[in-house]
Amino acid sequence: MTAIDHATTSHAPHVPVHKTKQTDWLGLGITGVLGLVVVVPLIVVAIWAFAEVWRYPSLLPQKFGLRFWNDTLSRPDVWGAMFLSIRLSLTVTMLSALICLPAAYAFARLDFPGRNVLFLSFLASHAFPKFGLLVAIAGIFLNLGLISTFWGVVLIQLVGTLMMMIWIPVAAFQNVDRAMEDAARDAGAGPLRVFWSVSLPQAAPTIFAAVLLSFVGTFYETEGAWLIGAPEIRTMPVLMITFINNQIVVQYGAVLSVLLWVPSFFALMFTRRLVGSASFAKGFGV
Amino acid sequence: MAQLTLKNIGKSFDGTDVIRDTSLDVKDGELVCLLGPSGSGKSTILRMVGGFETPDRGSILIDGQDVTRIPPEKRPTGMVFQSHALWSHMSVAENIAFGLKLRRMPRRDIQAKVAEALELVGLADYGKRRVWQLSGGQQQRVAIARALVLEPKILLLDEPFASLDQHLREHLREELRDIQRRLGITTLFVTHGQDEALALADRIVVLQGGEIEQVASPDHMYRAPETRFVAGFIGSMNFLACDMRGGRSDHPLFQISAPVNDGPVELAIRPEAITVAPDANASSRVHRTTDYGTHILVDIELEDGTRLKAMCPPSTRLATGEPVGLKASHVAVFRGTEKLADVTPSDTREIEHV
Repeated sequence: MTAIDHATTSHAPHVPVHKTKQTDWLGLGITGVLGLVVVVPLIVVAIWAFAEVWRYPSLLPQKFGLRFWNDTLSRPDVWGAMFLSIRLSLTVTMLSALICLPAAYAFARLDFPGRNVLFLSFLASHAFPKFGLLVAIAGIFLNLGLISTFWGVVLIQLVGTLMMMIWIPVAAFQNVDRAMEDAARDAGAGPLRVFWSVSLPQAAPTIFAAVLLSFVGTFYETEGAWLIGAPEIRTMPVLMITFINNQIVVQYGAVLSVLLWVPSFFALMFTRRLVGSASFAKGFGV
Repeated sequence: MAQLTLKNIGKSFDGTDVIRDTSLDVKDGELVCLLGPSGSGKSTILRMVGGFETPDRGSILIDGQDVTRIPPEKRPTGMVFQSHALWSHMSVAENIAFGLKLRRMPRRDIQAKVAEALELVGLADYGKRRVWQLSGGQQQRVAIARALVLEPKILLLDEPFASLDQHLREHLREELRDIQRRLGITTLFVTHGQDEALALADRIVVLQGGEIEQVASPDHMYRAPETRFVAGFIGSMNFLACDMRGGRSDHPLFQISAPVNDGPVELAIRPEAITVAPDANASSRVHRTTDYGTHILVDIELEDGTRLKAMCPPSTRLATGEPVGLKASHVAVFRGTEKLADVTPSDTREIEHV
């Protein structure tokens, strides 16, 4: 048998190998356009941050340097705003998770009167012009003494995260196979234990994506922080606006932009490794 | 070692009855298959026994104790799900140990029990693997081990092999049967595969529209179906419409005598109960033959255009269009859903064309 096999193999005619994988020109084109639109502005800002002299029509700065970095980083209000932004974002994200995750589980798994209306109501904060809503809330906060306070800004930014922290985790919990939860109950786990040991870990990658998006969204949020927080509470984006308003020096804005990227860039990279893009897509029901 | 009793249970969803007044006794160590088409209510019954659905009427007893209102986590049942339902964020061993940890068992005992359960299902060295690293068959074995490690009184299986290919399914059901016999565990098995039910069960319960059609051993269910539905659902069956007149059927090919009142009936004949022989004078003709290796299935067209199937030995050589004579060794007579008579070989006569 082996001999026959060998003979067959050795006398087998040469089979030409055709290259079946073709270049996806459309895909390459889309990638190129996206790259141009997304990456190029980022590169320009990054170059501006390290440029001391950059005059038109030169493609690159005439002089690179760290003068504007020294100017910016030597200011105590920059560091204050950076730590305040991180503290705010962490507080808002944690509070949002605390409030929204049980609610998301309820929306995904329980059937109660008014469920659909209530679920859609989380869209409401995004269905109207945001600034009008903020002004109305600012009026209420003024009466409550929350203007220009840390917790005032926390509350206003919390409103902005609600939709994301409800809708994405609801999709995540709905994607958890019910049989897995039934199997846990069958093994002796009560409803709370099932949530903690099965539903939450199963939905975790997608929920983590929602948490991260909330953190980044809060970190960059400007209108609410400015309207409610000013003048005492100055987050990084608010400080950037002040810088640019006071003296139109592109480099100051660019340095602050790069500084603003740092936390979210590391968070995104970390999440990309931990979660993978599939979970982001799953969260949006893709 | 336990008995399961369902007493007149009923269940409705949105006003529609899915289970109607169903009663069943499953004896200690018995393996009972719930068999029926989609929507027959078999999974609902299983889920009610497991505690995942609550009956609207009636009661469920395990060893005489009423468990109808007891939540699943407190019931002495273990369930194996169709989708395996393994927790992908845990290892194989963690999946099996989960229920034992909830019972606050000492760590050493848990390890020993997990090892024992893995040994039982032939996966002794797989404890540290992630569940997604296993094949479908291995995953289902882990699911069985996870259910058995808690030593439930009643083992519930909800179409556990439905997602597996046929060879694996046959192999696993033999293994499951061995394990079930070895442990002597009372088992309720839901399937829509009649071959699975016939191969596994001590008794089969055929359900239709939320009601029990028949409860019988596989052998009895196949050879003596009590209703037209069971006759048609289990195995393959030829139904031939005719009339009974003076205790004889007026079918041109199958004239049988049976103590049945005059009126329309259906003659039910299994393909293997029909003998086919070439007959130049016959009006029935071979329409098609299909060779299944173990037997040849002959599709025969009768004079009136009716088709029937006959199972013949593999040596049979029949050509398409060839005229054939037919003999039936067993005929059941149905009127509506009810069976009126079983006619044994001694009652039949050689059937020739008329």
